[in-house]
Amino acid sequence: MARPADVTTAESSAVEAHEPTAPHRLSSAGAAAEWVDDRVGAARLGKGLIRKVFPDHWSFLLGEIALYSFIVLLLTGVFLTIWFKPSMAETQYDGSYQLLKGIPMSKAFASTLQLSFDVRGGLLLRQVHHWAAILFTAAAVVHMLRIFFTGAFRKPREINWLIGIGLLSLSLIEGFAGYSLPDDLLSGTGLRFVDGLIRSIPLVGTWIEFFVFAGQYPGTSIIPRLYMAHILLVPALLLGLVSAHLALVFYHKHTQYPGPGRTEQNVVGYPLFPVYMAKAGGFFFVVFGVLVLMGGLMQINPVWKFGPYTPNQVTAGSQPDWYMGWVEGAVRITPNWEWHLGHTTWSWNIFLPGVGLMGLLFTSLAAWPFVEAWITGDKREHHLLDRPRNAPTRTALGVAGMTCYAMFWIAGGNDIIATHFSLSLESITRFMRVAVFVAPVIAYHVTKRLCIWLQRRDQERVLHGSETGVLIRTPEGGYYEPHEPITVDQAFVLTQHDEMDVLDATEGANANGLPPRDGVVVSKRRAALSRWFLADNLAKPTREELEHAHDHGSSAALTSGSDHD
Amino acid sequence: MNSIDLEPAEDHGSVPAVYVHHQHPVPDPGIEEHIERYTDANPAAGRRVYAQVVGMLALVPVMAIAVIVIYFAVPRQASIRLGPLYANAMNVGLGVTGGLMVALIGFAAIQWAKQIMGDEESVDYRHPILSSREDREEFLSMVDDGVRQSNLGRRRLIGAALMGALGVVAAPAVVLLSDMGPYATPSRIRATLEKTVWAEGVRLVNDVTYTPIKASEIEIGQLVNGEPEVIAHMEGAAKIEAIAKAAIIVVRMDPKSIRIPASRKNWQVGGILAYSKICTHVGCPISLWERTTHHLLCPCHQSTFDLGDSGVVIFGPAARSLPQLPITVDSEGYLVARSDFTVPVGPSFFERDSRHDFKKGDN
Ligand code: HEM
Ligand code: FES
Repeated sequence: MARPADVTTAESSAVEAHEPTAPHRLSSAGAAAEWVDDRVGAARLGKGLIRKVFPDHWSFLLGEIALYSFIVLLLTGVFLTIWFKPSMAETQYDGSYQLLKGIPMSKAFASTLQLSFDVRGGLLLRQVHHWAAILFTAAAVVHMLRIFFTGAFRKPREINWLIGIGLLSLSLIEGFAGYSLPDDLLSGTGLRFVDGLIRSIPLVGTWIEFFVFAGQYPGTSIIPRLYMAHILLVPALLLGLVSAHLALVFYHKHTQYPGPGRTEQNVVGYPLFPVYMAKAGGFFFVVFGVLVLMGGLMQINPVWKFGPYTPNQVTAGSQPDWYMGWVEGAVRITPNWEWHLGHTTWSWNIFLPGVGLMGLLFTSLAAWPFVEAWITGDKREHHLLDRPRNAPTRTALGVAGMTCYAMFWIAGGNDIIATHFSLSLESITRFMRVAVFVAPVIAYHVTKRLCIWLQRRDQERVLHGSETGVLIRTPEGGYYEPHEPITVDQAFVLTQHDEMDVLDATEGANANGLPPRDGVVVSKRRAALSRWFLADNLAKPTREELEHAHDHGSSAALTSGSDHD
Repeated sequence: MNSIDLEPAEDHGSVPAVYVHHQHPVPDPGIEEHIERYTDANPAAGRRVYAQVVGMLALVPVMAIAVIVIYFAVPRQASIRLGPLYANAMNVGLGVTGGLMVALIGFAAIQWAKQIMGDEESVDYRHPILSSREDREEFLSMVDDGVRQSNLGRRRLIGAALMGALGVVAAPAVVLLSDMGPYATPSRIRATLEKTVWAEGVRLVNDVTYTPIKASEIEIGQLVNGEPEVIAHMEGAAKIEAIAKAAIIVVRMDPKSIRIPASRKNWQVGGILAYSKICTHVGCPISLWERTTHHLLCPCHQSTFDLGDSGVVIFGPAARSLPQLPITVDSEGYLVARSDFTVPVGPSFFERDSRHDFKKGDN
């Protein structure tokens, strides 16, 4: 203790090194923050984060719903592991559900019954877990659609888009593994299906089957293995990816919708602390609470009604969880193509719709940001979201993809449709085979037209104000509909978007008459794609047109939406 | 105003030009003026919201107590009827009170944030994601320093050898997975996927009661779910694996109304035929029998097989006929197998030799 004087300052005997100049009374939260900062220097980090601004929009809640459902899955899942036994060893049921007493079944199924009937609150946790799984996948998909249609995947957010695709595919695997654990008749049927998918893989299918099932189907290893994947491997990967996903959102700062004062260089909204934290934290509790209410009031996966799995029984009209429905549909309507070459069998009827289609979906989703950037040649950063109508080709493609997915999904219920509407299965299947190709094309064209029509309407509103829906009769007997002026704020939103020129093939000149830049080669095909992607956009009105329209006094001028600036 | 930017910035030489018009025909009016909220303007409304938030939070402990009371007080198997809803009383009770308990915290927090916290919007500025030129250069020179310090420039082989070594380490890691399951060698496939417990003389038994099936007891149009008798003496995994391949359906049809190919004349007993119950598509057990048309429909993806024509596919995604089990009767009149199936049952696999399956028109 040679030099105590060094660690204290003249004014204070504490370690406090940088007392604020003006005495400043800290709240108790502030005092806690100080305590932490003294030990880990959190203020340096925190000051950049704590007042970080988050824009507000209902569509930004979709990702939050997915995140909160995931947390609920972690919490309820840990509870379930306390009682669930991942074993396929046979046992005789001796619990309190009378209808299955004395029936031989796997320990996995027996412990699921125990959870449902003998553990107080066990049924609630099972049902909350299952509803959370359904909400999680649904919210993740809708969240992805939001990202797609608003162009939020564009530079610099491509990596986060890829992480999102990884999250989505992992959550399908996670959901499937969980669905298989109770070892009831439905989950066994699902496993049988996956066994068929694995076997259909050319060359290595049988090898993979034997490795996955530790021999032939079903064996006794698959449930313990799926359990390991379900509670350890996949959740760990999901957790890692979710963290990276959120870190990138933080780092890039959230995108925002166009609006007055919103630019590519700023972000307008509420600070993380306290407003966003309270809203987002509150929203977590709302999602959690709603899931608990659902678990209490809405039955899901009543495994005791299906009974234990035996490979020679199946429940008619059995349906997988919603997120597997489209694969189911694809498998139902694919024609029975199979090659028998020499000693080998190539089951395209299963491989194409099962393995192939899923691969195609995830590959094209992953590739899209890069494809679009290549088509447009646009390598700029984007932080303002597109209004979907202003990217008509992208929007139309997205709707076409959704339509195709919906057709497959509907085909997954072809037997239900057949019995409900007394139609023949054959005609529904034949119809759906055509529909998965034709409906997306129709959807594409309708959507694109609709977007252009909306662009035109935006233009009209900017130039002539919005329709009032009132017809006025003139003394001469004519009719007209007076237009109401729109505010400057609205007019700005309708006209703020960038316009990109179509890329011209290298020999020719650019549409503006500007020569192509040195060293840049644009192929004919790329130029054609660029035309396809951009050419149909309506040019937005110029300032001259705007002034002209207003001079003509077409009943509407812009009213000032705000007094400042 | 019509500014034309040549994008992108100069440092991406090989990228084609995009001509972007950042034209703003309507100038940016700037962020909207903040409008005072009703709860700020009207003190009574503000007090009401304040009371609401505190009230919601005060209900949370009430709900928590309710959860605990329900947990201990409600009998486990008691049920409850609420209109069309018929459910376990404890589950509904715990769900409703627990759900409200949690959701109330959320509603209170959101109400607090929306109505009571200051609602002025703030603005953050973005900086380009890419680092500044100086930062990049400084970083790259640091990388250079590091590379120089590592002496990799002069001792190149270390880098290549390290990469190679790391790559090679992955091989044993993957090899360690080889014992996940047996190898799918031709002989093992023959002994597993291509073989069932059916054999000459094995009796067909009912799949629930395990009683042998007498030919004379089956009527025309009737379908019986069957198993090999040996299953009755098996247990656990072996039994499930056996059932997964050996399950059959036995049907009796009017011999005059069906087509029996010459090669299968003695596979049946007076119009009683036995087929694999395992769909040749992805292996669901098939169950829906239409006695007038002799069609058997798989509930999973609706493949339909004609049992009056050696099990050929007449509709759906399945590609191969249902394998037929050759049967006869023993001295006591019970149905017995003449042999195992002549082709592998169930879904296709790559090594399956599918040239011998029955095709429509075969004889
Ligand atoms: C994205 C994450 C997850 C999804 C999508 C998911 C999905 C599912 C589903 C659909 C089931 C069937 C439930 C039922 O019986 O109706 C299930 C069961 C189960 N899950 Fe999860 N789960 C997830 C995360 C977790 C985690 C993190 C754990 C544990 C740490 C867990 C533990 C369990 C257990 C033990 C079961 C079997 C109990 C039972 O079926 O009653 N899950 N899961
Ligand atoms: S499993 Fe029978 S039709 Fe698919």
